Amino acid sequence: MSVDWSRARFYGINAGITLAFICAIGMVEAFDSRSVINPGLTLGIVALIWVPPLLAYLATRRKALEGFEAEPAGAQDLGAGALVGAISGLILVVFVWGVDALLEAGVAIRDVFPRLSPAMIEIVTFGRGLGAGLTILFVGCVVLATAGAALHLLSRPVRRGIEFGLLYVLAFSLLEPVVTDILEDNADALYARTGGLKPSAAAVIFLLTGAITAWTTHRDAPSIRTRYGRMDLDVQRRVTIAGVIISVALFGILPRFLGGIMNELLANIGLFVLMALGLNVVIGLAGILDLGYVAFFAVGAYGTAVLTSPGSPAFSPELSWWVALPIVIILATLAGLVVGTPVIRMRGDYLAIVTLGFGEIVRILFLSDWLSSSFGGSQGIRQIPGIEWFTGEIKGVDPERIFYMVAIFVLVAVYVSWRLQYSRIGRSWMAMREDETVAEAMGINTVTAKLLAFIIGAILASWGGAIFAAKVGSVFPNSFELLVSIIVLVVVIVGGMGNIPGVILGAALLIGVLGGPTQPGLLQEFQEYKLLIYGALLVVVMLVRPEGLLPSTYRSRELHHEEMDQDAWLKAGVGAGIDEEELAT
Amino acid sequence: MSLLEISNVSVSFGGLRAVNEVALTVNEGEIVSIIGPNGAGKTTFFNCITGMVKPDSGSIRFQGTELIGMDPNQVTTLGIGRTFQNVRLFPNMTILENIMVAQHCRTEQGVWGALFQTRGFKKEEKEIRERANTVLDFFGTRLAGYRREQPAFVLSYANRRRLEIARAMATMPTLLMLDEPTAGMNPRETKELTQLIGKLRDEWGYAIVMIEHDMKVVGTVSDRVVVLDHGEKLTEGDYETVSHDPRVIEAYLGRPPEDT
Repeated sequence: MSVDWSRARFYGINAGITLAFICAIGMVEAFDSRSVINPGLTLGIVALIWVPPLLAYLATRRKALEGFEAEPAGAQDLGAGALVGAISGLILVVFVWGVDALLEAGVAIRDVFPRLSPAMIEIVTFGRGLGAGLTILFVGCVVLATAGAALHLLSRPVRRGIEFGLLYVLAFSLLEPVVTDILEDNADALYARTGGLKPSAAAVIFLLTGAITAWTTHRDAPSIRTRYGRMDLDVQRRVTIAGVIISVALFGILPRFLGGIMNELLANIGLFVLMALGLNVVIGLAGILDLGYVAFFAVGAYGTAVLTSPGSPAFSPELSWWVALPIVIILATLAGLVVGTPVIRMRGDYLAIVTLGFGEIVRILFLSDWLSSSFGGSQGIRQIPGIEWFTGEIKGVDPERIFYMVAIFVLVAVYVSWRLQYSRIGRSWMAMREDETVAEAMGINTVTAKLLAFIIGAILASWGGAIFAAKVGSVFPNSFELLVSIIVLVVVIVGGMGNIPGVILGAALLIGVLGGPTQPGLLQEFQEYKLLIYGALLVVVMLVRPEGLLPSTYRSRELHHEEMDQDAWLKAGVGAGIDEEELAT
Repeated sequence: MSLLEISNVSVSFGGLRAVNEVALTVNEGEIVSIIGPNGAGKTTFFNCITGMVKPDSGSIRFQGTELIGMDPNQVTTLGIGRTFQNVRLFPNMTILENIMVAQHCRTEQGVWGALFQTRGFKKEEKEIRERANTVLDFFGTRLAGYRREQPAFVLSYANRRRLEIARAMATMPTLLMLDEPTAGMNPRETKELTQLIGKLRDEWGYAIVMIEHDMKVVGTVSDRVVVLDHGEKLTEGDYETVSHDPRVIEAYLGRPPEDT
């Protein structure tokens, strides 16, 4: 089979459009202030240079049918890679040149595209003027794309070594504030004074992590996941418990070394883990697509605000946070019942739309004039006191203790969802998710099972709301927008629906790096492009790995039914499923 | 008193009378087959009994309790277990879990027990597991051993049918309703399942109502055969009588051309 040139052309055009898009929305300019490797590489340039090699790599990738060997890559593939680079480079160059010409001519394109600025052009031409800069840009695209295609020529260990080496360099650069907090003065060895990795440090990280990855790939050691899967159930259990203890210990110590900003970040991640765990019970376990999940978060926050704050307009008992909590849980249960009862007999899309509506209704109620005498309308409720603790009050100004507070609730939530998942109730949810009609015919009362899932989800979200209120010290209706529901949903989907570690990982990655709806993440520069990246990420995950990063066994079975079925047949001899006798007939 | 007493049940879908004034009585420990050509209303009649379709009129009494108006899960709880014509397992759950979940209505531990791992909870989980294994053991080597931790979809077609019967058994019914249990099976598997149905009654004491197209199966195990056609009960009796009834032959094969 020769190289598929039309495919290379298609990928090239896509790469070019992506590059021009990234420039046009101002990502390059916004990210330029952040240094990845100092001097030499800014995040603005990184936002561009990943495109040509990745698309060239994908354009020249060959898929082999199962049982067949893929044709080895050859020099022709380099040609295809170069073509991808040339096309994308050409599009980008024409784009930049065109923008420059228009700006020179005084055409008011910036009225429509405010981000098409001379500064952007300055960055992508590396400050060397249009002629030289655009040449570098074009040649760079071709070289990078060819390099991307050339990855196919390398052996698997080397290829993975390079890929992971680059990823680690990027990760170390992004984690700069965390690493600096931990290493304190020693961090100077890694990072330049003005931010960004030192070139020498970047090289060391790349070589070290690349070599380790290449070595483990070369040894072809089974992944941790497969090894875990092969263990006996007893051993698995012990390993899981050990893993949980180690991570708890790690997260118990970590905040001690981190500064205020990083602890604030951890606390935010914790809040979203809490909510994602709740939503995971509703969606991942019971299969109810709830798009109005923020309603319960709002009930938790407003409940706490009214019960504890002296500034609550109508009813202000000024209870302690701990006394208010059980009442908030009862309120959340009631809210779960009120929202759940009418929607519970609906299925699938209808249910999703109705819950979406309920989520908005709750926010609008808190915002309305009608209830403003009790909830303060758009003014919200202020002066919410912190959480009393033995050593004093925990408030938002002390993110470290807020984090510990959140962590305790996260642990409880993990325990609750874990125990429920592997119980009679969890099994009935699972059956309901698989086939509601049959589940009912097998004696499961689907109405109560669904309501229960709804209520447990509501309670976990209300904990999140209660801590949120005490942390921020004030609640406003616009903290509870639809966006919160959507982001929690994305966290659950990207992390791995139905799997507790997956959900935690999803929250850590998304909220940690990109940030929550209003909370900044590790990369403050992303703030403006957060939703774009969330959307793009969701699309990519749905296409490439619909079961999420750390999938639950059931979800992967569901999505990879056919392949597993086939594998079972192939492995029939070693005892995977179908008996030989039947195979023979 | 008979186990199941159905009188004058009718169901219409729009203008179509799917089931028309059908009456049926099933006694304890009896095997009753419902036969009839395609579209005769057999499955609809089945669905009326299990609560999945609400009849327009008539009465269905199970051990003296009126079933009409009940939800499927309530009917199952009263002691009627069923299988589906087009096998409907929980394909992504393991074989064992398929059986365990079917015991839902016979067990009672809730959130509290699960969260605090009470003694009652642990005891019940153990019982559920044991009972699931007992039910599966009934199918001998077919569903034995290592396979129970496999997802249900890896099973062969015949084994899926067996698992579905096992799942219905796990709801601990008094009356077992099988919708075409041998559909799609090869002759050897059919023969095996026929014996199994006999054993279900003799060893487990179920009364069985089944829809079946394979006349060999019907002739071998049935105590009584009910024939449905165009939603009406054509006749009822033992297999010999029914199979020679000219009306039944006509329903299946059509009227012979009249001599002129």
